[in-house]
Amino acid sequence: MITRHTRLSGLEPLIITPDLLFINVGERTNVTGSAQFKKLIKEDRYDEAVEVARQQVANGAQIIDINMDEGLIDSEAAMTRFINLIASEPDIARVPFMIDSSKWTVIEAGLRCLQGKGIVNSISMKEGEEAFLEHARKVQQYGAAAVVMAFDEQGQADTCARKVEICSRAHELLTRELDFAPEDIIFDPNIFAIATGIEEHNNYAVDFIEATRELKKRFPDCHISGGVSNVSFSFRGNNTVREAIHSVFLYHAIKAGMDMGIVNAGALTIMDDIDPPLCERVEDVVLNRRDDATERLLEIADNYKGKRGEAVVETLAWREKPVRERISHALVHGIDQYVVEDTEEARQMSTRPLDVIEGPLMDGMNVVGDLFGAGKMFLPQVVKSARVMKKAVAYLLPYIEEEKLRTGDTAKNNGKIVMATVKGDVHDIGKNIVGVVLRCNNFEVIDLGVMVPTQKILETAIAEKADIIGLSGLITPSLEEMSQVAREMQRQDFQIPLMIGGATTSRAHTALKIEPHYKAGTVWVKDASRAVGVAQSLVSKELVADFLAKVRSDYADVRERHRNRGPGKQLVSLEKARAQRFRGDWANYEPPQPASPGITVFDDYDLATLRRYIDWTPFFQAWELAGHYPAILTDAVVGTQASELFQDAQAMLDRIIAEKWLTARAVIGLWPAANVGDDVEVYAPPSPAPSGHPPPGEEGTLLATLHSLRQQADKPVERPNLCLADFIAPRKSGKRDWIGGFAVTAGIGIEPHLARFEADHDDYASITLKALADRLAEAFAEHLHERVRREFWGFEQEQSLDNEALIAEKYRGIRPAPGYPACPDHTEKTTLFELLDVTANTGIELTEGFAMYPTAAVSGWYYAHPDSQYFVVGRLTREQIEDYAKRKGWTLAEAERWLASNLDYDPD
Amino acid sequence: MSTLPWLHPERVALLERALRQRILILDGAMGTMLQAHGLDELGFRGDRFEHGHDGHAGHHGHDHPGACDLKGNNDLLTLTRPEIIRGVHDAYLAAGADLVETNTFNSTRISQADYQMQHLAAELNLEGARIARAACDAMTAKTPDRPRFVIGVLGPTSRTASLSPDVNDPGFRNVTFEELAENYTESANGLIDGGADVIMVETIFDTLNAKAALFALSELFHQRRARMPVMISGTITDRSGRTLSGQTAEAFYYSVCHARPMSVGFNCALGADDLRPHIQTLAGIAECHVSTHPNAGLPNAFGEYDETPEHMAGIIGGFARDGLLNMVGGCCGTTPAHITAIAEAVRDFAPRALPSLAAEAA
Repeated sequence: MITRHTRLSGLEPLIITPDLLFINVGERTNVTGSAQFKKLIKEDRYDEAVEVARQQVANGAQIIDINMDEGLIDSEAAMTRFINLIASEPDIARVPFMIDSSKWTVIEAGLRCLQGKGIVNSISMKEGEEAFLEHARKVQQYGAAAVVMAFDEQGQADTCARKVEICSRAHELLTRELDFAPEDIIFDPNIFAIATGIEEHNNYAVDFIEATRELKKRFPDCHISGGVSNVSFSFRGNNTVREAIHSVFLYHAIKAGMDMGIVNAGALTIMDDIDPPLCERVEDVVLNRRDDATERLLEIADNYKGKRGEAVVETLAWREKPVRERISHALVHGIDQYVVEDTEEARQMSTRPLDVIEGPLMDGMNVVGDLFGAGKMFLPQVVKSARVMKKAVAYLLPYIEEEKLRTGDTAKNNGKIVMATVKGDVHDIGKNIVGVVLRCNNFEVIDLGVMVPTQKILETAIAEKADIIGLSGLITPSLEEMSQVAREMQRQDFQIPLMIGGATTSRAHTALKIEPHYKAGTVWVKDASRAVGVAQSLVSKELVADFLAKVRSDYADVRERHRNRGPGKQLVSLEKARAQRFRGDWANYEPPQPASPGITVFDDYDLATLRRYIDWTPFFQAWELAGHYPAILTDAVVGTQASELFQDAQAMLDRIIAEKWLTARAVIGLWPAANVGDDVEVYAPPSPAPSGHPPPGEEGTLLATLHSLRQQADKPVERPNLCLADFIAPRKSGKRDWIGGFAVTAGIGIEPHLARFEADHDDYASITLKALADRLAEAFAEHLHERVRREFWGFEQEQSLDNEALIAEKYRGIRPAPGYPACPDHTEKTTLFELLDVTANTGIELTEGFAMYPTAAVSGWYYAHPDSQYFVVGRLTREQIEDYAKRKGWTLAEAERWLASNLDYDPD
Repeated sequence: MSTLPWLHPERVALLERALRQRILILDGAMGTMLQAHGLDELGFRGDRFEHGHDGHAGHHGHDHPGACDLKGNNDLLTLTRPEIIRGVHDAYLAAGADLVETNTFNSTRISQADYQMQHLAAELNLEGARIARAACDAMTAKTPDRPRFVIGVLGPTSRTASLSPDVNDPGFRNVTFEELAENYTESANGLIDGGADVIMVETIFDTLNAKAALFALSELFHQRRARMPVMISGTITDRSGRTLSGQTAEAFYYSVCHARPMSVGFNCALGADDLRPHIQTLAGIAECHVSTHPNAGLPNAFGEYDETPEHMAGIIGGFARDGLLNMVGGCCGTTPAHITAIAEAVRDFAPRALPSLAAEAA
């Protein structure tokens, strides 16, 4: 007889064969099991709820369990909406879904949204055989497998005998009455909490394990599953002990035949990793080996309370292992302490120094690459691993050179990639991370740094015989620059693929504006974790043709969709948009007069003050850890990593401040201003000791004109078509209004420290430092804005806003930055820099692409009107671009180049 | 479900015997053949719809000629020009088809609503099946040793249940599973009553639509206390190798095999060449028969299909030689000449053998 395998599907198949051993069903998208998920659903934060599902899959869940059973939620509607949303996310929908509810109507609502073959969790005989068979027949009709719970008219089975009896009866009914495929039956013989202090509960784990053994023997085609976290319920709040119980329980249950389980895919520890005394006592409890098992576990449980992993003191047991394993351990755990001595030992044992790299080091890095690829390791860990690798390689390099001179032998690698941040742009955190990850995967990366002109990139690629060119950039003008590089590569007849990455890049932009210009293949890379897969496909002779064909057809689709966008979002004429401008109630508005008009310079600002204003969430984003601070520190998926990273960051911040690694400088200015059309005129402020109040417009000469852009979306009457200039009182209103400007940096003096880390092969420290400097600059902008509102402009009363309220912008006024959505024209920074004499006052310089250097810098305007707000200018018609060009004294082509991302039309 | 008896056991027995003996031939494109008639708006309307969308609706005064063009509503020709549809069936039967597909690809309430003809859905299916039945019976009468069969076609409808039509709202859907199931129930009842031998859910872009059809069929079989053989044919939309709704060929099969179909396959969108790897996938995993009816290549710059009968038959002959096929025909752009050439090319090859697990389940 042919063995039957359970065949499930999402977008991709999942066949449960014995070699899969154990199927992880992700448990976090369950409102009954996760308080966090419940909160997201109740507060209608579905975007974030979708991310929970994504993390589950990224962490290795092979199926995800979805449960919306909560009294205050319309469970059917929530099930439908959530599944429809995740069905649209290919990286989630690739796995089968498990529809989990105690209400049949909710299960049916879920099944009606599943194109793949999922699992119903659960059906049982608790309402009798008839209802059970009716539900099972429906499950067949919808095309799903089913979890059958050991539950009958009498209740849930707790003893081994009852579990086996009920499941056997269910099996008999299903196969006899309905011809239900046995491989589509998954028994859940009920996992109950143990070590509760109640004697009858002591044998529950053993009952489950023994029932599993018997059921698997009777029905080898069926599966056994259960909700694992139930078993440790009595140790709530002590994750170390809970996870130890889960590991021990699973170890024995899997041996008995359990082959599926609802678990937190990110938090499974290996039994070998459990502290041995804990392991022994947990095993006593799980296997009910002694009467005092619970007491004995309780005795030591508190020692393991607190931060996960803290009690597991870093032991040096791994130092006793053979050198090959030590190197692997050091790489996987990112420990660089012993790497030089281990490398030396390995070198002495090898015939060639290169063998150490190609042997133990690459083996270790392959483990790291696999774990990262499987979502079992996160970016900060990988960067730490890379640090260990780099140190080992640096140690070996002189020996390799010597060897090379003797034999002419060179190292093999996967391929060579030339990477650069394009001309005009200085941002490189993302590019550096990608470089590290690629090097971990044995690519040779030639990093040309920042602000690299096209010709230098291309010449290097030719000279180095590169296999791939990678371009990065953060600011919007870089998008246009990348397009230019692509055209130039085409003109020079390059044949190697081009990878595009960076925060403002996108699949759509790449498909529309870059890929059509270069024939040999252009691929957009979403983030560092995708870079390796893309690069490997591009250098593989077997894969590259298919891969590029698929990318090309994807991008052609994107272009096709873009062409067929239709007139869905028609823009209104500039005249109509201006007619629907924002109107401040100028007659009844008294613009606040600043206490300190003119320019104020801040040199060497106190970093300890700025530290309190840091918004940490973007710091974690820079490391590709998703979640909000501080919740991210206890997040089920990334919490451990986030906490570790946060501790490292705090430690470095201590040193940055104590040892003054960085200097913070700033300049602000406040000037009289008046709105004229879509522009703002800025005048010289009165002298420091103003005598009386001269009438508006007379006290100063015109210093500069600021140009703004206006939204042209077709909006309802009550929502104006915004333009920043609208927030300043018009000249004809007779009121004297003011505008402010600022530029801050926290990056002065960063270079020697980066160079030091570079020399030490420590990308982890260097990326952390850059990310911290960025955070300090943002904190500086936040802090200074508060001081401006209270002191220098002085329109805000002293009020205690905590940092969260500041981050949430719960105050009067805004500080938009040129190049960001409300004022997308980067070139306006020139005016700002001239008005404030920024370079002389702070040391911040503007590149030709209008990026600021040091990169840890922020600049922008201050608006004080109570109704001023951030907005997105969005798409603009040729009419407004022409109008703007005229106001700026540009040609139309210049305007179209600088505002390329905002054009609603294809320029000629 | 499969525990129910067949509605027409004797016809199923004949079909199964034929399937054991040889690779069976499906017909080719309907649309391509109809285009050749060059019908104009009035040609489509016929007498019945000359003065409105329906002689009946016209009495209420809501409809006027021209309110909605009916040209292009090929399924309507079943009612207005039945002789043309019969002619197409006859031509394919003469070319060597063992099974012909009813002219009901768009005969669901949802698709007909595009022409304001939703009220005709049941009638279109009933009549569509009757015309094909008559054509098959006439041909079978001439060669009684080679029975011909009617495939009642359920098309994909013009909506998708697992894709959002609004890029800004991925959770939005413009059709529900229940609506689709109701549509398919109505259409399938018409097909069965009109004399179909087999029901085929075909050109499946979105597996969830197909699952609604399969759900409707199983309910309907349950109510009628008898079942019909079901054919399932998906569509791999491009060279990415996935359906429009994102599934791989293998995932697609596992999503529909609960219906215990007589056959599973792929049709449309691609030519035989590009379909081959996906047919090979199915042939490797399916317990049931494997079918395919590819397009005559990919459309050229003018949207026309120009793969010749010889070329297409050459490729499909390779499928047959490698034991991948049980049933084969043509989709967009294929003609009786293609079907003749394909029939010729596969004649000497044995049909794909069913794996033993399926034999036990059938």
